[in-house]
Amino acid sequence: MAGLMMVVVAFLMAVPFPALGQEAEQGIRVKLQYRDAQNENQPAVGVTVLVATADGVEVGSGVTGETGEVALATETGRFKVSIDPSTLPEGITLKDPAAASRDVTVDTGRLAVALFPLEASDGAVILVESDTMRRVLQLITEGIKLGLFLAMGAIGLSLIFGTTGLVNFAHAEMVTWGMFAAFMAEGFATAIGLGGSKTFSLALAAVIAMVVGGATGWLLDAVLFSRLRKRGTSLISQMVVSIGLGILARYVILYVFGGSSRFFASVSGQRAMKFGLVEITASDLISVGLSVGVLVLVGLALQRTRIGRAMRAVADNRDLAESSGIDVQRVIRLVWAVGGALAALGGVFLGQADQVQWESGTRVLLLIFAGVTLGGLGTAYGALVGCLAIGMGIQVSTLFIPSELKNLGALFLMIFVLLIRPQGILGRKQRIG
Amino acid sequence: MPADLSSVAPEPGSAKPDPILQVEGMRRSFGGLVAVDVEKVEIQRGIITALIGPNGAGKTTFFNLLTGFDEPDGGTRVFDGKNIDSKTPHQLARMGMVRTFQLTKSLTKLSVIDNMKLGAKGQRGESFLVSIIPPLWSAQEREIEARADDLLRRFKLDHMREQYAGTLSGGQRKLLEMARALMSSPSVICLDEPMAGVNPALTQSLLEHVKSLREEGITVIFVEHDMDVVRDISDWVVVMAEGRVIAEGPHETIGKNQAVIDAYLGAHHDADLDLDAGEEAVIPPPEDSANGEEE
Amino acid sequence: MTVLLAAVDWGQIFKLTVSSSLGVDAMVFAMAAIGLNIHFGYTGLLNFGHVGFMAVGGYGVGVAIATWGLNPYLGLLIGIVFALILALLLGLPTLRLRADYLAIVTIAASEIIRLLARSTTLRPWTRGTEGLNEFAGEFYNLSPFDKNLYDWGPFFFTANNLFIVIVGWITTVLMALLVWQLMRSPWGRVLKAIREDEDAARALGKNAYWYKLQALMLGGAIGGAAGMFQVIAKSTVQPDTFQPVITFFIWTVLVLGGVGRVWSPIVGSMIFWGLLALVENILRQFVNEGFISSVIMDSNQVGIFRFITVGLGLMTLMVFRPQGIFGSREEMALDAR
Repeated sequence: MAGLMMVVVAFLMAVPFPALGQEAEQGIRVKLQYRDAQNENQPAVGVTVLVATADGVEVGSGVTGETGEVALATETGRFKVSIDPSTLPEGITLKDPAAASRDVTVDTGRLAVALFPLEASDGAVILVESDTMRRVLQLITEGIKLGLFLAMGAIGLSLIFGTTGLVNFAHAEMVTWGMFAAFMAEGFATAIGLGGSKTFSLALAAVIAMVVGGATGWLLDAVLFSRLRKRGTSLISQMVVSIGLGILARYVILYVFGGSSRFFASVSGQRAMKFGLVEITASDLISVGLSVGVLVLVGLALQRTRIGRAMRAVADNRDLAESSGIDVQRVIRLVWAVGGALAALGGVFLGQADQVQWESGTRVLLLIFAGVTLGGLGTAYGALVGCLAIGMGIQVSTLFIPSELKNLGALFLMIFVLLIRPQGILGRKQRIG
Repeated sequence: MPADLSSVAPEPGSAKPDPILQVEGMRRSFGGLVAVDVEKVEIQRGIITALIGPNGAGKTTFFNLLTGFDEPDGGTRVFDGKNIDSKTPHQLARMGMVRTFQLTKSLTKLSVIDNMKLGAKGQRGESFLVSIIPPLWSAQEREIEARADDLLRRFKLDHMREQYAGTLSGGQRKLLEMARALMSSPSVICLDEPMAGVNPALTQSLLEHVKSLREEGITVIFVEHDMDVVRDISDWVVVMAEGRVIAEGPHETIGKNQAVIDAYLGAHHDADLDLDAGEEAVIPPPEDSANGEEE
Repeated sequence: MTVLLAAVDWGQIFKLTVSSSLGVDAMVFAMAAIGLNIHFGYTGLLNFGHVGFMAVGGYGVGVAIATWGLNPYLGLLIGIVFALILALLLGLPTLRLRADYLAIVTIAASEIIRLLARSTTLRPWTRGTEGLNEFAGEFYNLSPFDKNLYDWGPFFFTANNLFIVIVGWITTVLMALLVWQLMRSPWGRVLKAIREDEDAARALGKNAYWYKLQALMLGGAIGGAAGMFQVIAKSTVQPDTFQPVITFFIWTVLVLGGVGRVWSPIVGSMIFWGLLALVENILRQFVNEGFISSVIMDSNQVGIFRFITVGLGLMTLMVFRPQGIFGSREEMALDAR
C-alpha cells in the first residue's frame, strides 16, 4: 500500500501541471462590444471600469483591453460595477444612459459577467449578449449539459439502489476518482508522447478512466459490499459503511493530489464555438454527444441484452429473479462495475467542463440524489429524466435568483417532489402489505 | 356463548343480528390490479370469524384496510356503530380493534415484559413531560406490570420474562404478539395467520388461546390457510377470491360451495361465470342434512 | 529506532491527547451525538443532516446577539427555538414517508442551511462567509477564570476554553441523565418500539408519527445546543464550519461508543477526539523530526490524515464491530434474525 502511494506520488511529480489561466479566477468580467455599421462586433477599448462594494466603497478598477474585456479579481459577494461613459470610444454611447452601473454577485471561484449594452450613435446597435432570448437558450444548453453529466453518475447510483437497496454515498467519490484517473492518464499519455492530438489524449484518458472506474466498482462489490450482503448486514449499516468509504476516498484523493484545482491540459484555453445564438466549447459538445450516446447504449442494453434484462429483473423483484435462475450476485457485481464506469466517465465530463478537484464529486452528489429522487428511485430512465430536470432547473433558475443560490432550488425541488410524489416522476407506486 | 347465527343466510354480504364491524363497497387497487373489492361484509360480535381464500385473494390487504394500515379507494367501514373511515391505525387500536401481523412483529430488542407493557392503553408515562417525573407514572406502571405478568403466565411465557423478544421461537413470538394485543383489553382482535410458521406442538395451545378469547367476549377475526384449523375453531367463515367475497357461512356449508371449490382448485369453466357466482352469491341453501359433514 | 523515538516528546503528545479528549470539540460532539442518539439510537430516525441543527442553533444565538442586539440569554432561547422549528419543518412532512427519505431530506436541508448562511442574500444577518463574531463576550463575563493559561499536569486550557468546557460538560452529562431517565420511562419504551417496528407500535395504539416528531424535536434541540456551545467556544459562527462531513463525524462518535446506549456519545466522543489528537500529534512530531520523509507526508497532510482516519474508522467499525466498543454482540445479532 505504502509502496503504491510512493509510486503514485512519484508519478504525479512527473506530470506537468497545466498552468492556471492568466486572468483572475474569481471576480468580475466585463466585456464591452458594439456593432459597427457592417454589423460586425467591435470591442470597446480603453473604457474605465470601476468595482465598488454594495456600500459604495471602491475595491478595484481597470481598463478594457484590445478585446474589449477586462477581468478584475474580487472577494465573493455583491458588487456594483460601473463604467465611465466619458471613456467610451468616440460615437459610442450607453444604450440606456441611466444604466452606467450594474449589481453583480461573485461566487467562490467564479467570474461574474457584467453587461453594458452599447450603441453606436449612428443607430447601428448593441451588445447582443443582453438579449434575453439568447440568455435563456444558453442557460437551457448549459442545463442539458449539466443534466446529462449528472445522469452519468445517477444511473449507476439508481441501478445499485434498485438491485441492492443501498443508497451508495461513496458514489460521489467514484465520480471524483474518474476525474483524477483521467487526469493522470492524460498527463501520462502526454508524457510518453501520445499527446500528438490533444483531443486524442483526453479521449484515451476517458477510456482509461472508465476502465479504472469500472474495476473500482467491481472491486468494491467483490471485496466489501457483497460480503456485507452475505453477512446480512442491514441496509442502514451498509449505507454508513459507504459514507465511511466516501470520506476515506475523498481525503485520500486530497492527500495525494492536494487541494488545488486542476484542469485537463487537452481542453484548456479552448474557445467557445457559436451555434446560432448558443455558445459551447468543442469539448463540451463532444461530451454531450458522447453522454447521449452512452445513455442510449445503456438504455438499449437494459432493454435488449440478456444481462440488461437480468438487471431489470433483479431490480424489479430480487427473489423472483433468483428463483428463475438469474445469478443475482453476478448481476449486482456487474451493476457496480457499470455504475463505476459511468460515474468515472461522468467525472471526466464534469472535469473537462469545469475543474478537476478533490471535492468535485461531493459537490454534485446531492444534485445526483436530487435527480435520482426526482425521477424515481431505482429506475434508469427516471434517473436520466430527473437529472435533466435538475440540470435545467439549476441553470434556468439563475434568470430569477442569484446564481449563488441556484443549487438550493434543486434541493428544494427534490424535497418538494419527495413530499408530493415520493415515487418520483416516473416511479411506480409500491404495493403495501 | 356465541350468538346464534342459524337464522343468518349463508351468502356473501348477509346481515348479522349484532354486527360489530360493517364494511360496504370497499375497494383497493394497485396500479390496474384490483386487490380488494368487497361489496358488503358484516362481522358478528363475540364469535370467531375466519377469513379464508387462495393465495392472492386479497385477505391481508383486506385486513390492512380494515385496521387502517392501508387506505381504500372508496367505501365505508363502521366499527361498533361508529364510522371509522378516517381513523388511523393507532386510533382504531385505542377504540378497541387491535391486530397482529402475518410476519410477527415482536420488538426484538425489547424484553418480553417490555413488549407486554407496551400493549397497555392510556399510560400516563407515555407523555413526554410526565415521563421525566417517575412518581407520576410508577404506580400505574406497577399495575400494568402485574397484568402483564398474569398474561405471561397464562400464555406460558413467564420464564422468558426478561429475555429479548428476538430470542423467542416463531411460535412463542405468535403467542407474545397475541398476549401483547390483549394488554389493551380489545373488543376485536384481528389475527393475520396466527398459525403460520408455528411448530405443531404449539398449534394446539394457540388454538385454545384463540377459543378462550371468545369465552372472554372478544370478537376474533383471523386469516388462515389451514382448513383443519378453520373447521376446529371458527363459528363463521368468509371466503375471498380475487379480492371479492365469494361465500359466507358456517364451515359446514363452505366446503360444499361450488364457487369456493372452484376458487381453490382453479376455475375449470368460463371465468365470467365464476365472477357471476361471486356477485350473485349462489350458495345453495343447505339441505336438511346441512349440519353434519364432520361427525 | 530507539534513538529516533527518544527524540519525540511523548509527554507533550500525552498532554495534547488528554486535553483534546476533554476539550471543546469532544464536548460539542458528545452533546451533538446525544441528540443523534435520540434520533437514530432510540427512535431509528435516519438523520444525515444533524449538522443543520447545530448550524441553526449556532446562527440563532449569533444572529440574535450580534445582529439583532438581543439579550444573550434570549439569544440562547432563540437558538433552541430555531432548532425546534427546523425539526418541525423537517419532520412534519417527511416522518410519514419511508425512513431513507428522511435521510435524503435532512442532508439536503443541512446543505440548504449552510448555503443560505453563506449567501449574499442573507448577508445582512449572517455576514456571509466571514460570519459573525461579536456575540460571545457576554457569556465569558460570567467566567471565574482569569489567568491566561491553565496548565495542570496533562490538562491544558485557555481561561475561556476552560470555562466553556466545564459548563459544556456539565450540560452534556445532565442531558445524558435526561436521556437515561426518558428511555426507562414508558415514553422511551414507545420510541424503542417504533425503532424496532413502527407498524407494531401503531397496531398497539401508539401515534408513531407524533412520537417520531417529538424525538426529532428533542434530539434537534440538543443538536442546536451543541451548535451554540461550539460557536460560543470559538467566539465565531461561520457557515463553512457546518459542512455535511461534520454530521458523519458525529455518526462516527455514536457508532464508536455504541448506538442506543446512554453514555456512548460521551465516551465515544472522548475516545474519538483523543485518538485523533494522538494520531495527529505523533505524526506531526515525526514529520517535524524528519522521521517521515516530506515526500510521503508534509505537515499539511497530517491534518488531512485525520479525516482519512475517520473514514477508515467509521467503515471498519461498521463492518467489524457495529455494536461499538461497549455494545453487546448478542444484541446486534438480534437484528439479523
